[in-house]
Amino acid sequence: MEKIYERPKSLTDRGLAYCPGCLHGVATRLIAELLDEMDQRTNAVAVLAVGCGTLGMFHFNTDVVVSPHGRTPAVATGAKRAAPGKLVFSYQGDGDLAAIGMAEIMHAANRGENFTVIFINNSTYGMTGGQMAPTTLVGQKATTAPQGRNPAETGYPMKMCEILSQLEAPKYIARFALDCPANILKAKKGIRKAFGMQMAGKGFTFVELLSNCPTNWGMPALECMDWMRENTMKVFPLGVFRDGDE
Amino acid sequence: MTKSRDPSALPAGKEGIMERQFLKGNEAVAEAAILAGCRFFAGYPITPQNEIPEYMSRRMPAAGGVFLQGESETASVCMVYGAASVGTLAMTSSSGPGISLKAEGISTLAGACLPAVIVNVMRGGPGLGAIQAAQSDYLHATKALGHGGFRVIVLAPSTVQEAIDLTYKAFGLAVQYRNPVMVLMDGWIGSMMEPVTLPEAKEPVTFSYTGWGAKYFNPSGVGVNVVTSCLLEPEYQELLNIRAGEMYEEWKEKEVLAEEYLLEDAEYVIVAYGTAARAARTAIGELRGKGIRAGMIRPISLYPFPVEHLKRLDRSRVKFLLDTEMTLPVQMMDDIRLAVADAIPVHSCGRSGGVILTNEEIVEAVELAIAKEAR
Repeated sequence: MEKIYERPKSLTDRGLAYCPGCLHGVATRLIAELLDEMDQRTNAVAVLAVGCGTLGMFHFNTDVVVSPHGRTPAVATGAKRAAPGKLVFSYQGDGDLAAIGMAEIMHAANRGENFTVIFINNSTYGMTGGQMAPTTLVGQKATTAPQGRNPAETGYPMKMCEILSQLEAPKYIARFALDCPANILKAKKGIRKAFGMQMAGKGFTFVELLSNCPTNWGMPALECMDWMRENTMKVFPLGVFRDGDE
Repeated sequence: MTKSRDPSALPAGKEGIMERQFLKGNEAVAEAAILAGCRFFAGYPITPQNEIPEYMSRRMPAAGGVFLQGESETASVCMVYGAASVGTLAMTSSSGPGISLKAEGISTLAGACLPAVIVNVMRGGPGLGAIQAAQSDYLHATKALGHGGFRVIVLAPSTVQEAIDLTYKAFGLAVQYRNPVMVLMDGWIGSMMEPVTLPEAKEPVTFSYTGWGAKYFNPSGVGVNVVTSCLLEPEYQELLNIRAGEMYEEWKEKEVLAEEYLLEDAEYVIVAYGTAARAARTAIGELRGKGIRAGMIRPISLYPFPVEHLKRLDRSRVKFLLDTEMTLPVQMMDDIRLAVADAIPVHSCGRSGGVILTNEEIVEAVELAIAKEAR
């Protein structure tokens, strides 16, 4: 009998360390499937940020480098420049990328560094217990915004695809959601495109994946998907913002 | 900045050995790094070390390496961490305020057991401090270059030649101990030109990490490397900390470097490093001319500190020690006092904020201390 579905070789045998219902598992698996399909497992370097994404060091069956908080694009820059033949991707959450690491992401993008950013946006600080993130929606509650995010005090969600699109150097900028199979397949196509462009030496590629946090949003996994569609995706529209291949 | 010389034409092979050159400290350090096999440099502008990244921007591509000007000190040291994580000998340089920003990355390098060399060309502190040369970062360098209780070997040159030799050596130590190493150079050494001889060019080494981090974190991983300072299991973190402690003890046995100058009959011993030691050397000549038997212990490795050199001083002959530094308050004092267990009095002498300590001031300080001890 032909095997049509199996655990990717680019994942270790450990059970996933993420919370039940968390879409980090989907993102991790998509990347692993692509590394298998593109025959890059032994050539990949995963640069993991601080946050739930750090748990990837238990899961990616590839070379892994764990970065200081927010410096992930700088670490990926060093790794890729020193080993240009490697497939280097950073795996960063919204706190890491859009708050503490804002300088690093902007400058890596502006230099046109030839690596791929996988940006997981779940509009909260998951690992530390649900504090307000730069991507938290207006009115969305957080442990450090108990009344909900008030833009008069804390501003508005930062839209990284849109911000990065102001720069000339990036070659691919796109936002996908992981809320349903159709969108997951689109996301996989986007990551494949980004990895392919990197291996062709095209330059900086950026894939944002809208995700969830059942634990800190305080809702069951399925409800999260509806909430994402009704709220997150209205603030963060899906789409390809730049495609330097075209 | 030297404009007439083409740095890519500098010797990079055996034929260059023994050829005397006239080099500026900062540029000499950069060239020594390349000769030691360093093939990655990232830095950020800050006085008084700007010639290092400037030189690297010209020289590193010619040597087949990578030069990057980071968006910050923080990013630069993290670029070095990234380069080291894929097995490349890497370096960054800065001065006090920038070294503070690099603390995160240096701590991460130490936590992940990665080699790299960090050069601190010291200026006056704290805060932004004075941009003029000083020796204000002894405590930062030797006690805590970042959070978490790690140590690094700290090497302090007193001449441009020594800056070359110690930078060259630093890369070997970094690889041997899988730990960052700091070259702590004061701004004067960085800015002055002296005749030097460059060492032989080494082939760049590539190191791999398969087998340690990987085996623990990723037991089912196949032939992969895991580079991390994030250790989620307390027992493993403790084990690594204990091993690090054993390594620091090993340094105290094997890696202490110090110069003893005219100690045989010395009654008054100056303890000074870097540029302060140069002024002290002149002062000792003048003191001896007056019949005052002065000598010097010059720590070259500031960490590990040359405790034994101080311990074996003849306590019946040596009347006092004079901690002499270009920073105020002086910063080696506690280490010196611990080494001699207060059996010999320790006085201090220094200038700060970028003001140059002169040999006359050191002579005066010795004479004042003699008078005090006589009372």
